[in-house]
Amino acid sequence: MEDKQIIAKRIAMELHDGDLVNLGIGIPTLVPDYLEEGKQILFQSENGVIGLGPLTDDETWLVNAGGNKATIVPGGSYIDSLLSFSLIRGGHIDVTVLGALEVDSEGSLASWIVPGKRVPGMGGAMDLVVGAKKVIIAMTHTNKGRSKILKKCNLPLTAARQANMIVTEMAVMRVASDGLHLLEVHPEYTVQDVIKVTEAELIIDQVIPMKGM
Amino acid sequence: MKGTITKQGFMDLLKDGMTIMVGGFLANGSPERLVDLVIESGVKNLIVICNDGGFEDRGVGKLIVNRKVRKLIASHIGTNPVVGTLMQDGEMEVELVPQGSLAEKIRAGGAGLGGILTPTGIETIVEKGKKIIKVQGVKYLLEEPLYADMALIGGAIVDKYGNLRYHQTMRNFNTIMAMASEVVVVEPFRREAVIDPEYVVTPHPLVDYVLEDE
Repeated sequence: MEDKQIIAKRIAMELHDGDLVNLGIGIPTLVPDYLEEGKQILFQSENGVIGLGPLTDDETWLVNAGGNKATIVPGGSYIDSLLSFSLIRGGHIDVTVLGALEVDSEGSLASWIVPGKRVPGMGGAMDLVVGAKKVIIAMTHTNKGRSKILKKCNLPLTAARQANMIVTEMAVMRVASDGLHLLEVHPEYTVQDVIKVTEAELIIDQVIPMKGM
Repeated sequence: MKGTITKQGFMDLLKDGMTIMVGGFLANGSPERLVDLVIESGVKNLIVICNDGGFEDRGVGKLIVNRKVRKLIASHIGTNPVVGTLMQDGEMEVELVPQGSLAEKIRAGGAGLGGILTPTGIETIVEKGKKIIKVQGVKYLLEEPLYADMALIGGAIVDKYGNLRYHQTMRNFNTIMAMASEVVVVEPFRREAVIDPEYVVTPHPLVDYVLEDE
């Protein structure tokens, strides 16, 4: 399995029956491929869909937040941006899964700007991480060998102290008030391997093999 | 509704330096014909408010590529490389606003509110220059209202009165932009004789002009 598939598969296990979930662009869009049969998850797309279904090549004006043609599940609805973000900020989204450039031990994250290099903009990410009940970061552990999990973010923040969980191809970590707890490590790696490529301090009490691998 | 409008009639409404809101999300629900007419009219130095920078050949992106825009207010500009280039060269100002805050700022403008208080952007560079107000122990940013001289509405199913409903996801920012602008021009996606009152999303008093078909 490729790194991004490992991440998506592990995150799929974090979604529970009846959850209303927003998936960001990139790795998070792979999560539905790994949902357990029969699990009822409703996906919200911030451009205005409750009940987003799989992508399609058919003629349609229904798109997801990445602008790709998509479908809607039975019982779904179209909403405007105002209601969409009222749901997001108002705590009506159970889980949001999104990528990041950096996350730190307090759960602060950076994902929208690399000053002087790349300025895609924050889109809906700032609202999503502030408003969703649970924020899961889906990203590779390192970027060109450098840790993306830091003591303190260097890049401008998307939000301070909002991430609850970080899932990488190597490990699963939980953000708690006392710091970053290492919970699971992928069978291909050791705890030491993870520590070596993690700049942030990891609190290690009981580490189990990554679920589902 | 004042009535239908011809291409020329629409172009006559445009002025240099205007602030224009353009509906759509990554050009889904953007009024492509109206955008083309803005370019054809020759107006310039526009301030454009839109969710994003569109694409080079779609949505507001076309206005940007044709150098019609002095300032863009949007939440995301990653899909149109020209936006980044013009911004870095200092040829166009870009104000990035979190998407939910952008929606609420536009709503505030259309709803007669002096702004909205949001937790989004607290402790980030978005809070720079903005007032922080504590309510019931929680810190919020004061986001001020946005208004425009004109809103260009797309994705709409239009009836003979000028009532609107929207097709699929093309609703997005169109609903609120129709409230926050002095003059509202709609490019129909489709027409319908009369929309059942139960399903009207934008009532016709909010609409000024409907663009005539080709």
